[in-house]
Amino acid sequence: MSHISVRNLTVAYNGHPALRDVSFDIPDRQVTAIIGPSGCGKTTFLRCLNRLIDVNNSVRVQGQVLIDGEDIFAPRADVMSLRRKMGLLSQKPQVLPMSIFDNVTYGPRLHGVRKRAQLEQIVERCLRMASLWDEVSGRLRAPAAELSVGQQQRLCLARGLAVQPEALLCDEPTASLDPISAQSIEQLFMELKNDYTVVLVTHILRQARRLADYLVFFYMGELVEHGPAQQMLSNPSDPRTRKYLEGVIS
Amino acid sequence: MRALMMLSAAAVVGGLLILIVVITVQGAGALSWAMVTQLPSGGYYLGKEGGLLNAIVGSLLLAGGATLLAGVLALPVALYLQRDYGGDTRRANLVRMSLDLLWGVPSIVYGAFGFTIMLYLGMRASLLGGILALTLVVLPIMARAMDEVFRLVSVSLKEASWALGATRWETMRSVVLRQALPGLLTAVLLAFGRAIGDAASVLFTAGYTDNLPQSLLDPVASLPLAVFFQLGTPFPEVQQRAYAAAFILLVLVLLVSVGGRLLASRMSRFSADR
Ligand SMILES: Nc1ncnc2c1ncn2[C@@H]1O[C@H](COP(=O)(O)OP(=O)(O)OP(=O)(O)O)[C@@H](O)[C@H]1O
Ligand SMILES: [Mg+2]
Repeated sequence: MSHISVRNLTVAYNGHPALRDVSFDIPDRQVTAIIGPSGCGKTTFLRCLNRLIDVNNSVRVQGQVLIDGEDIFAPRADVMSLRRKMGLLSQKPQVLPMSIFDNVTYGPRLHGVRKRAQLEQIVERCLRMASLWDEVSGRLRAPAAELSVGQQQRLCLARGLAVQPEALLCDEPTASLDPISAQSIEQLFMELKNDYTVVLVTHILRQARRLADYLVFFYMGELVEHGPAQQMLSNPSDPRTRKYLEGVIS
Repeated sequence: MRALMMLSAAAVVGGLLILIVVITVQGAGALSWAMVTQLPSGGYYLGKEGGLLNAIVGSLLLAGGATLLAGVLALPVALYLQRDYGGDTRRANLVRMSLDLLWGVPSIVYGAFGFTIMLYLGMRASLLGGILALTLVVLPIMARAMDEVFRLVSVSLKEASWALGATRWETMRSVVLRQALPGLLTAVLLAFGRAIGDAASVLFTAGYTDNLPQSLLDPVASLPLAVFFQLGTPFPEVQQRAYAAAFILLVLVLLVSVGGRLLASRMSRFSADR
Protein backbone atom coordinates (compact mmCIF):
# COMPACT_ATOMS: atom_id res chain seq x y z
CA MET A 1 0.00 0.00 0.00
CA SER A 2 1.47 3.28 -1.03
CA HIS A 3 1.28 6.47 0.88
CA ILE A 4 0.18 9.75 -0.65
CA SER A 5 1.43 13.03 0.65
CA VAL A 6 0.88 16.44 -0.84
CA ARG A 7 3.52 19.16 -0.48
CA ASN A 8 2.90 22.82 -1.33
CA LEU A 9 0.72 21.97 -4.31
CA THR A 10 -0.24 25.00 -6.36
CA VAL A 11 -2.22 24.73 -9.59
CA ALA A 12 -3.12 27.53 -11.99
CA TYR A 13 -5.22 27.53 -15.15
CA ASN A 14 -4.06 30.22 -17.58
CA GLY A 15 -2.36 31.95 -14.70
CA HIS A 16 -5.47 31.91 -12.48
CA PRO A 17 -4.71 29.88 -9.39
CA ALA A 18 -7.21 27.13 -8.61
CA LEU A 19 -5.24 25.58 -5.74
CA ARG A 20 -2.84 27.47 -3.47
CA ASP A 21 -0.09 25.86 -1.48
CA VAL A 22 -1.93 22.74 -0.37
CA SER A 23 -0.08 20.39 1.97
CA PHE A 24 -1.39 17.38 3.85
CA ASP A 25 -1.07 13.61 4.09
CA ILE A 26 -3.82 11.33 2.89
CA PRO A 27 -4.31 8.55 5.42
CA ASP A 28 -3.89 5.02 4.06
CA ARG A 29 -6.83 2.64 3.88
CA GLN A 30 -9.38 5.16 4.96
CA VAL A 31 -12.00 7.22 3.28
CA THR A 32 -10.79 10.79 2.93
CA ALA A 33 -13.63 13.08 1.97
CA ILE A 34 -12.90 16.38 0.29
CA ILE A 35 -15.59 18.95 0.79
CA GLY A 36 -15.99 22.58 -0.13
CA PRO A 37 -18.12 24.93 -2.17
CA SER A 38 -18.37 24.66 -5.94
CA GLY A 39 -15.27 25.93 -7.72
CA CYS A 40 -12.98 25.59 -4.71
CA GLY A 41 -10.65 23.20 -6.51
CA LYS A 42 -11.79 19.73 -5.47
CA THR A 43 -11.79 18.26 -8.96
CA THR A 44 -8.53 20.01 -9.76
CA PHE A 45 -6.96 18.43 -6.69
CA LEU A 46 -8.22 14.96 -7.54
CA ARG A 47 -6.98 15.22 -11.11
CA CYS A 48 -3.51 16.07 -9.83
CA LEU A 49 -3.31 12.76 -8.00
CA ASN A 50 -3.38 10.73 -11.24
CA ARG A 51 -1.99 13.55 -13.41
CA LEU A 52 -5.08 13.64 -15.56
CA ILE A 53 -4.60 17.37 -15.05
CA ASP A 54 -1.81 17.11 -17.68
CA VAL A 55 -4.45 16.77 -20.39
CA ASN A 56 -5.02 20.51 -20.11
CA ASN A 57 -2.19 22.43 -21.82
CA SER A 58 -2.85 25.71 -20.09
CA VAL A 59 -2.39 24.34 -16.61
CA ARG A 60 0.65 24.89 -14.43
CA VAL A 61 1.43 22.72 -11.45
CA GLN A 62 3.94 23.59 -8.76
CA GLY A 63 4.84 21.71 -5.62
CA GLN A 64 4.90 17.98 -5.10
CA VAL A 65 2.67 14.99 -4.70
CA LEU A 66 4.71 12.21 -3.15
CA ILE A 67 3.63 8.64 -3.53
CA ASP A 68 5.87 6.38 -1.47
CA GLY A 69 8.32 9.25 -1.37
CA GLU A 70 8.50 9.72 -5.13
CA ASP A 71 7.26 12.91 -6.71
CA ILE A 72 4.69 12.02 -9.35
CA PHE A 73 5.32 15.32 -11.14
CA ALA A 74 9.04 14.64 -11.49
CA PRO A 75 10.10 14.68 -15.16
CA ARG A 76 10.98 11.00 -15.14
CA ALA A 77 7.86 9.81 -13.35
CA ASP A 78 5.93 7.07 -15.19
CA VAL A 79 2.46 8.54 -15.74
CA MET A 80 0.93 5.35 -17.11
CA SER A 81 1.83 3.27 -14.11
CA LEU A 82 0.75 6.10 -11.82
CA ARG A 83 -2.69 6.10 -13.42
CA ARG A 84 -2.85 2.40 -12.99
CA LYS A 85 -2.25 2.80 -9.27
CA MET A 86 -4.92 5.49 -8.94
CA GLY A 87 -8.35 4.25 -9.97
CA LEU A 88 -10.75 6.98 -11.03
CA LEU A 89 -14.51 7.12 -10.67
CA SER A 90 -16.02 10.18 -12.26
CA GLN A 91 -19.22 12.05 -11.62
CA LYS A 92 -20.93 10.80 -14.74
CA PRO A 93 -20.31 7.13 -15.46
CA GLN A 94 -18.42 6.87 -18.73
CA VAL A 95 -18.52 3.36 -20.15
CA LEU A 96 -16.27 2.44 -23.06
CA PRO A 97 -17.86 1.70 -26.46
CA MET A 98 -17.70 -2.06 -26.08
CA SER A 99 -19.31 -4.96 -24.25
CA ILE A 100 -19.64 -5.25 -20.49
CA PHE A 101 -16.96 -7.93 -20.53
CA ASP A 102 -14.56 -5.85 -22.61
CA ASN A 103 -15.08 -2.83 -20.40
CA VAL A 104 -13.75 -4.74 -17.40
CA THR A 105 -10.90 -6.41 -19.28
CA TYR A 106 -9.83 -3.21 -21.06
CA GLY A 107 -7.32 -2.24 -18.37
CA PRO A 108 -5.87 -5.71 -17.78
CA ARG A 109 -5.47 -6.28 -21.53
CA LEU A 110 -3.62 -2.97 -21.85
CA HIS A 111 -1.26 -4.16 -19.20
CA GLY A 112 -0.56 -7.46 -20.82
CA VAL A 113 -3.07 -9.99 -19.50
CA ARG A 114 -3.98 -12.14 -22.51
CA LYS A 115 -5.14 -15.51 -21.25
CA ARG A 116 -8.85 -16.06 -21.70
CA ALA A 117 -9.37 -17.93 -18.44
CA GLN A 118 -7.55 -15.30 -16.47
CA LEU A 119 -9.59 -12.49 -18.04
CA GLU A 120 -12.81 -14.32 -17.23
CA GLN A 121 -11.67 -14.69 -13.67
CA ILE A 122 -10.90 -10.98 -13.41
CA VAL A 123 -14.31 -10.08 -14.83
CA GLU A 124 -16.18 -12.20 -12.33
CA ARG A 125 -14.10 -11.06 -9.37
CA CYS A 126 -14.37 -7.36 -10.18
CA LEU A 127 -18.06 -7.45 -11.07
CA ARG A 128 -18.72 -9.22 -7.78
CA MET A 129 -16.71 -6.62 -5.89
CA ALA A 130 -18.79 -3.92 -7.54
CA SER A 131 -21.91 -6.00 -6.75
CA LEU A 132 -22.94 -6.04 -10.35
CA TRP A 133 -22.26 -9.69 -11.15
CA ASP A 134 -25.71 -11.03 -10.34
CA GLU A 135 -27.36 -8.47 -12.59
CA VAL A 136 -25.17 -8.91 -15.67
CA SER A 137 -23.60 -12.37 -15.53
CA GLY A 138 -26.07 -13.57 -18.17
CA ARG A 139 -25.27 -10.83 -20.68
CA LEU A 140 -21.59 -10.04 -20.48
CA ARG A 141 -21.46 -9.68 -24.27
CA ALA A 142 -24.12 -6.96 -24.37
CA PRO A 143 -23.06 -3.35 -25.02
CA ALA A 144 -22.21 -1.59 -21.78
CA ALA A 145 -24.23 1.42 -22.92
CA GLU A 146 -27.39 -0.66 -22.48
CA LEU A 147 -26.98 -0.73 -18.70
CA SER A 148 -28.83 1.68 -16.44
CA VAL A 149 -26.84 4.67 -15.21
CA GLY A 150 -26.49 3.17 -11.74
CA GLN A 151 -25.26 -0.10 -13.23
CA GLN A 152 -22.89 1.80 -15.49
CA GLN A 153 -21.33 3.50 -12.48
CA ARG A 154 -20.78 0.15 -10.80
CA LEU A 155 -19.31 -1.15 -14.06
CA CYS A 156 -16.90 1.79 -14.07
CA LEU A 157 -15.93 0.84 -10.53
CA ALA A 158 -15.36 -2.77 -11.59
CA ARG A 159 -13.32 -1.57 -14.56
CA GLY A 160 -11.17 0.53 -12.25
CA LEU A 161 -10.69 -2.32 -9.80
CA ALA A 162 -9.60 -4.65 -12.61
CA VAL A 163 -6.21 -2.96 -12.94
CA GLN A 164 -5.57 -3.56 -9.24
CA PRO A 165 -5.19 0.03 -8.14
CA GLU A 166 -3.95 1.05 -4.73
CA ALA A 167 -6.16 4.06 -4.31
CA LEU A 168 -9.55 5.07 -5.63
CA LEU A 169 -10.18 8.68 -6.61
CA CYS A 170 -13.88 9.42 -6.71
CA ASP A 171 -15.31 12.71 -7.96
CA GLU A 172 -18.88 13.01 -6.72
CA PRO A 173 -19.46 9.40 -7.72
CA THR A 174 -23.11 9.37 -6.72
CA ALA A 175 -24.09 12.75 -8.13
CA SER A 176 -25.83 11.38 -11.20
CA LEU A 177 -27.37 8.35 -9.51
CA ASP A 178 -30.75 7.62 -8.01
CA PRO A 179 -30.87 7.18 -4.19
CA ILE A 180 -30.84 3.37 -4.30
CA SER A 181 -27.85 3.19 -6.65
CA ALA A 182 -26.11 5.89 -4.63
CA GLN A 183 -26.63 3.85 -1.51
CA SER A 184 -25.17 0.75 -3.10
CA ILE A 185 -22.09 2.70 -4.20
CA GLU A 186 -21.68 4.07 -0.67
CA GLN A 187 -22.01 0.56 0.70
CA LEU A 188 -19.23 -0.54 -1.64
CA PHE A 189 -16.90 2.17 -0.38
CA MET A 190 -17.40 0.95 3.17
CA GLU A 191 -16.22 -2.49 2.09
CA LEU A 192 -13.44 -1.28 -0.20
CA LYS A 193 -11.75 0.95 2.33
CA ASN A 194 -10.27 -2.08 4.05
CA ASP A 195 -8.08 -2.62 1.01
CA TYR A 196 -7.88 0.73 -0.71
CA THR A 197 -7.18 4.32 0.10
CA VAL A 198 -10.32 6.14 -0.98
CA VAL A 199 -10.34 9.85 -1.82
CA LEU A 200 -13.91 11.01 -2.19
CA VAL A 201 -14.99 14.41 -3.44
CA THR A 202 -18.51 15.11 -2.37
CA HIS A 203 -21.02 17.90 -2.23
CA ILE A 204 -23.26 15.97 0.08
CA LEU A 205 -22.40 16.69 3.69
CA ARG A 206 -24.47 13.77 4.92
CA GLN A 207 -22.50 11.48 2.65
CA ALA A 208 -19.26 12.80 4.12
CA ARG A 209 -20.66 12.19 7.60
CA ARG A 210 -21.63 8.64 6.72
CA LEU A 211 -18.45 7.62 4.94
CA ALA A 212 -15.49 9.76 5.85
CA ASP A 213 -12.77 8.81 8.29
CA TYR A 214 -10.79 11.88 7.42
CA LEU A 215 -12.09 15.21 6.25
CA VAL A 216 -10.52 17.92 4.12
CA PHE A 217 -12.12 21.30 3.60
CA PHE A 218 -11.14 23.47 0.63
CA TYR A 219 -12.26 27.04 0.23
CA MET A 220 -11.41 29.15 -2.82
CA GLY A 221 -8.38 27.08 -3.68
CA GLU A 222 -7.03 26.94 -0.17
CA LEU A 223 -6.85 24.05 2.21
CA VAL A 224 -8.65 25.48 5.19
CA GLU A 225 -8.78 22.58 7.55
CA HIS A 226 -8.18 18.86 7.64
CA GLY A 227 -8.44 16.25 10.34
CA PRO A 228 -10.28 13.17 11.57
CA ALA A 229 -13.87 13.40 10.40
CA GLN A 230 -15.57 13.04 13.80
CA GLN A 231 -13.51 15.77 15.34
CA MET A 232 -13.86 18.16 12.42
CA LEU A 233 -17.58 17.65 12.09
CA SER A 234 -18.31 18.15 15.75
CA ASN A 235 -15.76 20.80 16.47
CA PRO A 236 -14.36 22.62 13.44
CA SER A 237 -11.58 25.03 14.33
CA ASP A 238 -11.84 27.46 11.44
CA PRO A 239 -14.85 29.78 11.22
CA ARG A 240 -15.12 29.15 7.46
CA THR A 241 -15.42 25.40 8.04
CA ARG A 242 -18.07 26.03 10.67
CA LYS A 243 -20.04 28.23 8.31
CA TYR A 244 -19.83 25.64 5.53
CA LEU A 245 -20.93 22.83 7.83
CA GLU A 246 -23.82 24.94 9.04
CA GLY A 247 -24.80 25.57 5.47
CA VAL A 248 -24.21 29.30 5.58
CA ILE A 249 -21.79 29.09 2.66
CA SER A 250 -22.31 26.49 0.01
CA MET B 1 -40.76 27.68 -36.77
CA ARG B 2 -41.99 24.15 -36.88
CA ALA B 3 -43.99 24.89 -40.01
CA LEU B 4 -40.90 26.39 -41.61
CA MET B 5 -38.86 23.31 -40.81
CA MET B 6 -41.57 21.06 -42.24
CA LEU B 7 -41.80 23.23 -45.33
CA SER B 8 -38.10 23.14 -46.08
CA ALA B 9 -37.93 19.41 -45.40
CA ALA B 10 -40.85 18.92 -47.78
CA ALA B 11 -39.16 21.09 -50.42
CA VAL B 12 -35.93 19.12 -50.23
CA VAL B 13 -37.54 15.70 -50.17
CA GLY B 14 -40.11 16.73 -52.77
CA GLY B 15 -37.46 18.04 -55.13
CA LEU B 16 -35.49 14.83 -54.79
CA LEU B 17 -38.58 12.74 -55.33
CA ILE B 18 -39.46 14.62 -58.52
CA LEU B 19 -35.92 14.08 -59.79
CA ILE B 20 -36.06 10.37 -59.01
CA VAL B 21 -39.50 10.00 -60.57
CA VAL B 22 -38.44 11.78 -63.77
CA ILE B 23 -35.28 9.69 -64.06
CA THR B 24 -37.18 6.48 -63.37
CA VAL B 25 -40.09 7.19 -65.70
CA GLN B 26 -37.83 8.42 -68.49
CA GLY B 27 -35.32 5.63 -68.02
CA ALA B 28 -37.66 2.72 -67.32
CA GLY B 29 -38.61 2.35 -70.99
CA ALA B 30 -35.02 2.01 -72.08
CA LEU B 31 -33.93 -0.04 -69.10
CA SER B 32 -33.36 -3.68 -69.89
CA TRP B 33 -31.45 -6.65 -68.63
CA ALA B 34 -29.06 -6.27 -71.53
CA MET B 35 -28.19 -2.79 -70.38
CA VAL B 36 -26.66 -3.96 -67.13
CA THR B 37 -25.14 -7.20 -68.39
CA GLN B 38 -23.69 -6.44 -71.82
CA LEU B 39 -20.94 -4.33 -73.23
CA PRO B 40 -21.94 -1.82 -75.89
CA SER B 41 -21.85 -3.22 -79.40
CA GLY B 42 -20.59 -1.22 -82.34
CA GLY B 43 -23.77 0.70 -82.99
CA TYR B 44 -24.91 1.10 -79.39
CA TYR B 45 -24.72 4.85 -79.44
CA LEU B 46 -26.81 4.89 -82.59
CA GLY B 47 -29.55 2.99 -80.84
CA LYS B 48 -28.49 -0.58 -81.60
CA GLU B 49 -27.76 -3.63 -79.42
CA GLY B 50 -25.66 -3.75 -76.27
CA GLY B 51 -25.46 -2.41 -72.75
CA LEU B 52 -23.49 -0.32 -70.34
CA LEU B 53 -21.63 -2.93 -68.35
CA ASN B 54 -18.39 -1.13 -69.21
CA ALA B 55 -19.61 2.06 -67.54
CA ILE B 56 -21.11 0.26 -64.53
CA VAL B 57 -17.95 -1.70 -63.82
CA GLY B 58 -15.82 1.34 -64.61
CA SER B 59 -17.74 3.57 -62.23
CA LEU B 60 -17.59 1.04 -59.43
CA LEU B 61 -13.84 0.62 -59.93
CA LEU B 62 -13.22 4.36 -60.14
CA ALA B 63 -15.38 5.29 -57.17
CA GLY B 64 -14.32 2.27 -55.12
CA GLY B 65 -10.64 2.87 -55.79
CA ALA B 66 -10.85 6.58 -55.09
CA THR B 67 -12.85 6.06 -51.90
CA LEU B 68 -10.37 3.50 -50.66
CA LEU B 69 -7.35 5.63 -51.46
CA ALA B 70 -8.93 8.80 -50.08
CA GLY B 71 -9.89 6.91 -46.92
CA VAL B 72 -6.35 5.73 -46.36
CA LEU B 73 -5.11 9.29 -46.80
CA ALA B 74 -7.93 11.08 -44.98
CA LEU B 75 -7.84 9.05 -41.77
CA PRO B 76 -4.36 10.17 -40.66
CA VAL B 77 -5.14 13.74 -41.75
CA ALA B 78 -8.31 13.75 -39.66
CA LEU B 79 -6.49 12.28 -36.68
CA TYR B 80 -3.76 14.86 -37.03
CA LEU B 81 -6.37 17.59 -36.76
CA GLN B 82 -7.32 16.39 -33.26
CA ARG B 83 -5.70 18.17 -30.36
CA ASP B 84 -4.70 14.88 -28.75
CA TYR B 85 -2.73 13.64 -31.72
CA GLY B 86 -1.64 16.66 -33.76
CA GLY B 87 -1.23 19.19 -31.02
CA ASP B 88 -1.43 22.69 -32.44
CA THR B 89 -5.01 23.94 -32.73
CA ARG B 90 -4.17 26.96 -34.87
CA ARG B 91 -2.33 24.86 -37.42
CA ALA B 92 -5.20 22.39 -37.42
CA ASN B 93 -7.67 25.17 -38.12
CA LEU B 94 -5.53 26.32 -41.02
CA VAL B 95 -5.61 22.80 -42.47
CA ARG B 96 -9.38 22.68 -41.91
CA MET B 97 -9.81 25.92 -43.81
CA SER B 98 -7.67 24.69 -46.71
CA LEU B 99 -9.69 21.49 -46.91
CA ASP B 100 -12.92 23.48 -46.97
CA LEU B 101 -11.48 25.62 -49.76
CA LEU B 102 -10.38 22.56 -51.74
CA TRP B 103 -13.86 21.15 -51.36
CA GLY B 104 -15.20 24.20 -53.13
CA VAL B 105 -12.92 23.81 -56.15
CA PRO B 106 -14.92 22.54 -59.17
CA SER B 107 -14.03 18.99 -60.07
CA ILE B 108 -13.15 19.93 -63.66
CA VAL B 109 -10.16 21.75 -62.18
CA TYR B 110 -8.94 18.54 -60.56
CA GLY B 111 -9.54 16.77 -63.84
CA ALA B 112 -7.51 19.32 -65.78
CA PHE B 113 -4.82 19.36 -63.12
CA GLY B 114 -4.59 15.58 -63.18
CA PHE B 115 -4.55 15.58 -66.96
CA THR B 116 -1.68 18.08 -67.10
CA ILE B 117 0.41 15.97 -64.76
CA MET B 118 -0.43 12.83 -66.70
CA LEU B 119 0.61 14.50 -69.96
CA TYR B 120 3.84 15.53 -68.33
CA LEU B 121 4.47 11.97 -67.17
CA GLY B 122 3.53 10.59 -70.54
CA MET B 123 0.59 8.66 -69.08
CA ARG B 124 -2.60 8.26 -71.03
CA ALA B 125 -6.14 8.33 -69.74
CA SER B 126 -6.53 5.32 -67.47
CA LEU B 127 -8.27 3.78 -64.50
CA LEU B 128 -5.33 4.84 -62.35
CA GLY B 129 -5.48 8.42 -63.59
CA GLY B 130 -9.21 8.56 -62.96
CA ILE B 131 -8.84 7.14 -59.47
CA LEU B 132 -6.17 9.69 -58.60
CA ALA B 133 -8.20 12.63 -59.91
CA LEU B 134 -11.32 11.42 -58.09
CA THR B 135 -9.28 10.95 -54.94
CA LEU B 136 -8.38 14.63 -55.07
CA VAL B 137 -12.06 15.47 -55.46
CA VAL B 138 -13.28 13.47 -52.46
CA LEU B 139 -10.30 13.76 -50.13
CA PRO B 140 -11.32 17.13 -48.63
CA ILE B 141 -14.88 16.13 -47.81
CA MET B 142 -13.74 12.80 -46.43
CA ALA B 143 -11.04 14.32 -44.22
CA ARG B 144 -13.37 17.03 -42.94
CA ALA B 145 -16.22 14.61 -42.28
CA MET B 146 -13.86 12.30 -40.38
CA ASP B 147 -12.46 15.28 -38.52
CA GLU B 148 -15.93 16.27 -37.32
CA VAL B 149 -16.64 12.69 -36.31
CA PHE B 150 -13.49 12.58 -34.19
CA ARG B 151 -14.30 15.93 -32.66
CA LEU B 152 -17.59 14.46 -31.44
CA VAL B 153 -15.78 11.85 -29.35
CA SER B 154 -16.09 13.28 -25.86
CA VAL B 155 -13.07 14.19 -23.79
CA SER B 156 -14.54 12.34 -20.83
CA LEU B 157 -14.56 9.12 -22.85
CA LYS B 158 -10.89 9.53 -23.68
CA GLU B 159 -10.16 10.42 -20.08
CA ALA B 160 -11.86 7.23 -18.94
CA SER B 161 -9.33 5.33 -21.01
CA TRP B 162 -6.34 7.43 -19.98
CA ALA B 163 -7.28 7.05 -16.34
CA LEU B 164 -6.81 3.30 -16.71
CA GLY B 165 -3.23 3.83 -17.81
CA ALA B 166 -3.77 3.75 -21.58
CA THR B 167 -1.53 5.86 -23.78
CA ARG B 168 -2.96 8.26 -26.35
CA TRP B 169 -2.36 5.72 -29.10
CA GLU B 170 -3.88 2.83 -27.22
CA THR B 171 -6.86 5.05 -26.53
CA MET B 172 -7.12 6.00 -30.18
CA ARG B 173 -6.95 2.42 -31.36
CA SER B 174 -9.33 0.82 -28.92
CA VAL B 175 -11.69 3.59 -27.88
CA VAL B 176 -11.70 6.61 -30.19
CA LEU B 177 -11.76 4.65 -33.46
CA ARG B 178 -14.36 2.30 -32.08
CA GLN B 179 -16.60 5.11 -30.94
CA ALA B 180 -16.11 6.95 -34.23
CA LEU B 181 -16.55 3.93 -36.50
CA PRO B 182 -20.20 4.47 -37.52
CA GLY B 183 -19.47 8.11 -38.28
CA LEU B 184 -16.32 7.24 -40.22
CA LEU B 185 -18.37 4.88 -42.33
CA THR B 186 -20.82 7.67 -43.09
CA ALA B 187 -17.91 9.84 -44.20
CA VAL B 188 -16.80 7.07 -46.55
CA LEU B 189 -20.31 6.71 -47.98
CA LEU B 190 -20.51 10.43 -48.55
CA ALA B 191 -17.26 10.32 -50.48
CA PHE B 192 -18.35 7.30 -52.51
CA GLY B 193 -21.60 8.99 -53.51
CA ARG B 194 -19.72 12.04 -54.65
CA ALA B 195 -17.07 10.01 -56.47
CA ILE B 196 -19.43 7.79 -58.41
CA GLY B 197 -21.46 10.75 -59.61
CA ASP B 198 -18.62 12.97 -60.76
CA ALA B 199 -18.14 13.35 -64.50
CA ALA B 200 -15.79 16.28 -64.95
CA SER B 201 -12.78 14.90 -63.12
CA VAL B 202 -12.77 11.60 -65.05
CA LEU B 203 -13.45 13.14 -68.45
CA PHE B 204 -9.79 13.57 -69.37
CA THR B 205 -8.14 11.38 -66.78
CA ALA B 206 -10.02 8.09 -67.15
CA GLY B 207 -11.15 8.49 -70.73
CA TYR B 208 -13.92 6.34 -72.12
CA THR B 209 -13.98 2.93 -73.74
CA ASP B 210 -16.40 0.20 -74.71
CA ASN B 211 -14.27 -2.44 -73.05
CA LEU B 212 -13.63 -3.51 -69.50
CA PRO B 213 -10.22 -2.46 -68.20
CA GLN B 214 -7.64 -5.24 -67.97
CA SER B 215 -5.21 -3.26 -65.85
CA LEU B 216 -4.91 -0.03 -63.92
CA LEU B 217 -3.36 1.58 -66.97
CA ASP B 218 -6.27 0.92 -69.33
CA PRO B 219 -8.82 3.62 -69.97
CA VAL B 220 -12.17 3.03 -68.39
CA ALA B 221 -15.78 4.12 -68.94
CA SER B 222 -18.02 5.64 -66.29
CA LEU B 223 -21.76 6.11 -65.83
CA PRO B 224 -21.76 9.92 -65.55
CA LEU B 225 -19.93 10.15 -68.86
CA ALA B 226 -22.26 7.56 -70.37
CA VAL B 227 -25.16 9.80 -69.38
CA PHE B 228 -23.37 12.81 -70.78
CA PHE B 229 -22.48 11.25 -74.13
CA GLN B 230 -25.88 9.65 -74.68
CA LEU B 231 -27.73 12.84 -73.86
CA GLY B 232 -25.55 14.58 -76.42
CA THR B 233 -26.62 12.37 -79.32
CA PRO B 234 -29.39 13.50 -81.65
CA PHE B 235 -31.28 10.18 -81.31
CA PRO B 236 -34.27 10.13 -78.95
CA GLU B 237 -33.87 6.41 -78.12
CA VAL B 238 -30.26 6.97 -77.12
CA GLN B 239 -31.29 9.93 -74.99
CA GLN B 240 -33.78 7.61 -73.29
CA ARG B 241 -30.88 5.32 -72.51
CA ALA B 242 -29.12 8.24 -70.83
CA TYR B 243 -31.96 8.33 -68.34
CA ALA B 244 -31.68 4.61 -67.87
CA ALA B 245 -27.96 5.03 -67.15
CA ALA B 246 -28.73 7.78 -64.65
CA PHE B 247 -31.24 5.47 -63.03
CA ILE B 248 -28.61 2.72 -62.72
CA LEU B 249 -26.28 5.27 -61.10
CA LEU B 250 -28.99 6.22 -58.65
CA VAL B 251 -29.68 2.60 -57.75
CA LEU B 252 -25.97 1.90 -57.19
CA VAL B 253 -25.65 4.87 -54.83
CA LEU B 254 -28.83 3.82 -53.06
CA LEU B 255 -27.65 0.23 -52.60
CA VAL B 256 -24.27 1.26 -51.26
CA SER B 257 -25.73 3.86 -48.94
CA VAL B 258 -28.45 1.58 -47.55
CA GLY B 259 -25.92 -1.20 -47.05
CA GLY B 260 -23.54 1.18 -45.35
CA ARG B 261 -26.22 2.58 -43.11
CA LEU B 262 -27.27 -0.89 -42.00
CA LEU B 263 -23.66 -1.66 -41.18
CA ALA B 264 -23.27 1.65 -39.33
CA SER B 265 -26.33 1.10 -37.21
CA ARG B 266 -25.12 -2.38 -36.29
CA MET B 267 -21.77 -0.94 -35.30
CA SER B 268 -23.26 1.87 -33.26
CA ARG B 269 -24.90 -0.66 -30.97
CA PHE B 270 -21.72 -0.57 -28.94
CA SER B 271 -21.22 3.19 -28.96
CA ALA B 272 -20.90 4.83 -25.59
CA ASP B 273 -23.38 7.57 -24.69
CA ARG B 274 -25.86 7.17 -27.48
N1 LIG C 1 -10.09 23.41 -17.62
C1 LIG C 1 -10.13 24.54 -16.90
N2 LIG C 1 -9.72 25.69 -17.46
C2 LIG C 1 -9.73 26.86 -16.76
N3 LIG C 1 -10.15 26.95 -15.49
C3 LIG C 1 -10.58 25.84 -14.88
C4 LIG C 1 -10.58 24.58 -15.55
N4 LIG C 1 -11.06 23.64 -14.70
C5 LIG C 1 -11.33 24.29 -13.56
N5 LIG C 1 -11.04 25.61 -13.64
C6 LIG C 1 -11.20 26.61 -12.57
O1 LIG C 1 -10.53 26.16 -11.42
C7 LIG C 1 -11.30 26.38 -10.26
C8 LIG C 1 -11.51 25.09 -9.53
O2 LIG C 1 -12.32 24.23 -10.33
P1 LIG C 1 -12.68 22.75 -9.90
O3 LIG C 1 -13.34 22.11 -11.06
O4 LIG C 1 -11.49 22.11 -9.34
O5 LIG C 1 -13.76 23.02 -8.76
P2 LIG C 1 -14.62 21.98 -7.93
O6 LIG C 1 -14.31 22.23 -6.50
O7 LIG C 1 -14.45 20.62 -8.42
O8 LIG C 1 -16.10 22.49 -8.21
P3 LIG C 1 -17.45 21.64 -8.32
O9 LIG C 1 -17.83 21.32 -6.94
O10 LIG C 1 -18.40 22.62 -8.95
O11 LIG C 1 -17.17 20.47 -9.17
C9 LIG C 1 -12.58 27.05 -10.72
O12 LIG C 1 -12.46 28.42 -10.49
C10 LIG C 1 -12.65 26.75 -12.19
O13 LIG C 1 -13.26 27.80 -12.87
MG1 LIG D 1 -15.76 19.19 -9.43
